[in-house]
Amino acid sequence: MWDYTEKVKEHFFNPRNVGVIEDPDGVGEVGSLACGDALKLMFKLDDAGRIADVKFQTFGCGSAIASSSALTEMIKGKTLEEAEKITNQDIADFLGGLPEQKMHCSVMGREALEAAIENYRTGGSGVHQLEGEVICTCFGVTDKEIERVVRENNLTTVEQVTNYCKAGGGCGGCHPDIEDIIARQRSQGREQPAPVAPAPKPVPRSMTNIQKIKKIEQALDEHVRPALQADGGDLDLIDIIGDKVIIAFRGMCAHCQVAEYTMSEVVQKRLREFVSPDIIVEEKKQE
Amino acid sequence: MKNVYLDNNATTRVADEVIEAMMPFLTEFYGNASSMHSFGGRMRHKIDTARAQVAELIHCDPSEIIFTSCGTESDNTAIRGALARCPDKRHIITTRVEHPAVQTTVRQLQKQGYRLTELPVDSLGRLDLEQLAETIDEDTALVTIMYANNETGVVFPIDRIAALVKQNGSLFHTDAVQAVGKLPIDLSRIPIDLMSISGHKLHGPKGVGVLYVRRGTSVAPQLVGGHQESGRRAGTENVPGIVAMGKACELARTYMNEENERVRQMRDRLETSILKRCPNARINGDADSRLPNTTNISFEYIEGEAILLLLDQLGIDASSGSACTSGSLEPSHVLRAMGIPFTAVHGSIRFSLSRYNTDEEIDYVIDHVPNIINRLRQISPFTPQKDATTAAPQDRTPGL
Repeated sequence: MWDYTEKVKEHFFNPRNVGVIEDPDGVGEVGSLACGDALKLMFKLDDAGRIADVKFQTFGCGSAIASSSALTEMIKGKTLEEAEKITNQDIADFLGGLPEQKMHCSVMGREALEAAIENYRTGGSGVHQLEGEVICTCFGVTDKEIERVVRENNLTTVEQVTNYCKAGGGCGGCHPDIEDIIARQRSQGREQPAPVAPAPKPVPRSMTNIQKIKKIEQALDEHVRPALQADGGDLDLIDIIGDKVIIAFRGMCAHCQVAEYTMSEVVQKRLREFVSPDIIVEEKKQE
Repeated sequence: MKNVYLDNNATTRVADEVIEAMMPFLTEFYGNASSMHSFGGRMRHKIDTARAQVAELIHCDPSEIIFTSCGTESDNTAIRGALARCPDKRHIITTRVEHPAVQTTVRQLQKQGYRLTELPVDSLGRLDLEQLAETIDEDTALVTIMYANNETGVVFPIDRIAALVKQNGSLFHTDAVQAVGKLPIDLSRIPIDLMSISGHKLHGPKGVGVLYVRRGTSVAPQLVGGHQESGRRAGTENVPGIVAMGKACELARTYMNEENERVRQMRDRLETSILKRCPNARINGDADSRLPNTTNISFEYIEGEAILLLLDQLGIDASSGSACTSGSLEPSHVLRAMGIPFTAVHGSIRFSLSRYNTDEEIDYVIDHVPNIINRLRQISPFTPQKDATTAAPQDRTPGL
């Protein structure tokens, strides 16, 4: 059992501001179902530019729900300039602390807030954009994100980085890269304050967001499953790793001689058409 | 507060009869079974009785029973000890759904140079025996396959697997920690070479386990020192634990049929009622070959730890395959190996019953689970609009 503070428990059992705002001024989304947590944050401003109403929806564990609830309480009544100063540590502090392994819940809150503010200011997607190069392929975390949690929270070990942003929490293949980033950040910190980083080649990616998954599920529901079900088959969405969508055929499809054809000509084609041209569909095989 | 304990695959309540049987050995009868005086010698007699009680439950000879400290020690001893005795063979076969006590051990051996095959399972958690037959060869030293899965309760056809392995001349070990006491096991009919048992999974105390070693099978001791357990496991005998283990096995034999049937009925009622009242829920694992006490249910759109916390608030103890409950970020390797959609893995809950559960307790759980599921689904952004009570927002976002 996790050692949650009374405040975490209180916010989990009685979350504040759950729900949706019909016509929000800003919406931010982070996380994904595949990663095990996701947060959608919406706010509405009053005439003075202060956050008059804020609502959230969260998929996740107790501390994810508590962190979301806490965040909404913290930003209510603030201007966006005030709100965007809130760090993940502020969210954790508000809750009287979070278990070290659960710090990523507070980071998720900060990211959703940033995405919502960005959405208000630019009319952008509101989906937390990943900038930089993906280091942890298991959880889709980039070097920029790792650098940021290391810098803002003075992290010194790979384990801490995993606790704060999940990077390195899967196969472990990226641990040497994370160590390099930590070393780089720490040496930078000593030499000079805030060196201007070489302009990162922004790789706009939105692979770990709620919308993509929803879109894929919707495309499967509306444009793929009916065709398969007509022939007594079906499929399950097993996983989404970057642009790779892993599915498993069920029913008649599982034994179908032309499953490979169905895969490329039906499933992949439809997903490319309705979701993204970069989608690659693979079948989960019992190798 | 009321406490409904439905986490019996994690550990069980120690039976009153077991406590009564072991208590004298924690108090007045503290002798060392290896001592020359009769005060210690009486302990030897008690250990022999316990050995016979264990043997009777699984239909083997008492000399084939080694007492250990836990199921994990039994697994480690079986695997490492057996491999040490056949150094010429370098291949191990196991499954992708083993308990960490086995999985971590064989993966460590793989790093040391063994060839390792981890057999996959299908979406119901079943093995393909033809694949086992194709994989096994003359280099295969050991096949280690669990009797029943701790997370889903799926029972493997161990009789057929053992026969297949013996036909090939390899050694067969099974981690039967979840099966002993819940299923009848007859070692006089199934050619298992090595089998692990744990005391605390069958209403015995923690700190005692058993390794069954078929006569003629050679296992290198993993704890060396004194001559205890016929030189097969050194260390002063845990007399209270061993006496308790014997009693727990005797009780399991007594209760096996009648109680397990009652447990099965409660499990089925719990499962059916929850599925009826909660849409978008599914059973994980092969319903046709399952432990009578276990059900693993996935609730879509919500996360397991949050469910457990709300259950806990009502005094209901269960467990989950969600990543958040493990302390690691990876959800259950068992459900992943079965290809359960990730949406369902994170929201999986295991209820595991025992003979101490009552119909009233099951009613209580059935009454409360749907509310908990609904409550969390109202918070989740993934819940489809038609299933949520709150209206979904305008989707302002123009694509990806």
